[in-house]
Amino acid sequence: MNSPLTALPMAQPVPEGAGSFCLPSLNQDFVCGHLETPVGKIPKVESILERRDRLGHFRVRWNIGRDTFTVEPGLYALSCPNTDSPVLVTANYKLTFDLLRQALDGFSCWILVLDTKGVNVWCAAGKGTFGTEELVDRIQASRLHEVVKHRRLIVPQLGATGVAAHSVKQYSGFSVHYGPVMLEDLPAYFRNGNKAEPGMRLKQFPLKERFVLIPVEIMQALQQGLPVILFFLLSAGFFGNSSFFNMLIVHGLPPSLAVLSGIIGGTIFTPLLLPWIPGKAFSMKGALCGLLLFLLVLLPLYGADTHYSSLEKSSWLFICLAVSSWFGMAFTGASTFTSLNGVRKEMLIGLPLQFAALTVGTVMWLTALWLST
Amino acid sequence: MTEFRYLKDVVTLTCDQDKCIGCGMCAVVCPHAVFTIAGKKAQMVRRNLCMECGACMKNCPAGAITVEAGEGCVRGIINELLGIEGPCC
Ligand code: SF4
Ligand code: SF4
Repeated sequence: MNSPLTALPMAQPVPEGAGSFCLPSLNQDFVCGHLETPVGKIPKVESILERRDRLGHFRVRWNIGRDTFTVEPGLYALSCPNTDSPVLVTANYKLTFDLLRQALDGFSCWILVLDTKGVNVWCAAGKGTFGTEELVDRIQASRLHEVVKHRRLIVPQLGATGVAAHSVKQYSGFSVHYGPVMLEDLPAYFRNGNKAEPGMRLKQFPLKERFVLIPVEIMQALQQGLPVILFFLLSAGFFGNSSFFNMLIVHGLPPSLAVLSGIIGGTIFTPLLLPWIPGKAFSMKGALCGLLLFLLVLLPLYGADTHYSSLEKSSWLFICLAVSSWFGMAFTGASTFTSLNGVRKEMLIGLPLQFAALTVGTVMWLTALWLST
Repeated sequence: MTEFRYLKDVVTLTCDQDKCIGCGMCAVVCPHAVFTIAGKKAQMVRRNLCMECGACMKNCPAGAITVEAGEGCVRGIINELLGIEGPCC
């Protein structure tokens, strides 16, 4: 008879060693002991997060060391589970793993961690790394059949994008039950007899969630924005008619502020004010936030002692709007309700406009600089 | 709770009523409650709220649902426009 692994139609060849027996190492700093089971020593974890866990969370929220913030895939024991305890499936992004065990304070269960290369459940499910094949392999590799008596798995609902429940059943014998969207609802889900209320099945996008995304958005935006700012500062310094620093400050600073305002508009104001900004397209919302920032930051310069030509003053507006619209649009990637074809449609219109605005703004600014010399 | 709505009439979601066996999985997995089951058949009652994640298609045992699933992310689409393979988030 074929093993379940060879019977599974693979998109890719089976990786070396997939499905062969393997337990996670006990030598990870969040592991606090082990549980003896028929298959060997299963690492044990608790719900209480340590200072060092939280420090790690803070770092990754700022986009630092996100690629290496992982736990070893495999089976873990939360508190003291037995052969009847539920099995929860999750990703090996340590932030996800930590939030899961924290949400399950007071419960004992098994946690089956899939190898998603350190990516959270939803993104990994979209890529397919949190998927049917990996789940079936991991069940086999952990000898889950020998650890628990039942044949049920609780998979996060947002993992459904990568997991086909009926195929998992067919290839592993385990039936997939989709848990709530949010980890915080897990205790209520258990109390409710493993049933999710309709509200627990909905992915919302509350202020708190939008807020924690901001640092990563800023860091990514700065990577793209700083070279542009440098371009404006240096061009002003080198091509101006007076001293390098004088020109850099007088003519280089305003467009740099325009870029910064655009970044702030697109990466801070757009996420925070999302439901209240008019319009549906994110590029539109971003541009409106950019306009707000322009009025707050750059308009005051219109009355400055230095006399700027109207050409130069207008160039700032174009630059600011282009940048904020771009970063507003980029936020679709982090939002929880935008569709591939929606973003495609929006980009088809937004991208040329943003590009045109940035080009026009830059050319206007260079012309003004050249005329002033 | 604010309910967000993105662009209208852009999604590629379809559901074949003849193939549907009314199992209800699509209604379970969808994070935007796009489906309800009425008369043993899945109905796309909130189609405009679909985010094209593909969870319903993946979990439909009857193969009744199609949708062009993917991450709606700018970098991914630019890569696609340029014709290069590239990651998204
Ligand atoms: S693709 Fe996703 S959002 Fe759209 S109907 Fe299916 S499950 Fe719901
Ligand atoms: S998952 Fe497929 S078969 Fe089941 S109700 Fe939905 S469309 Fe019908």
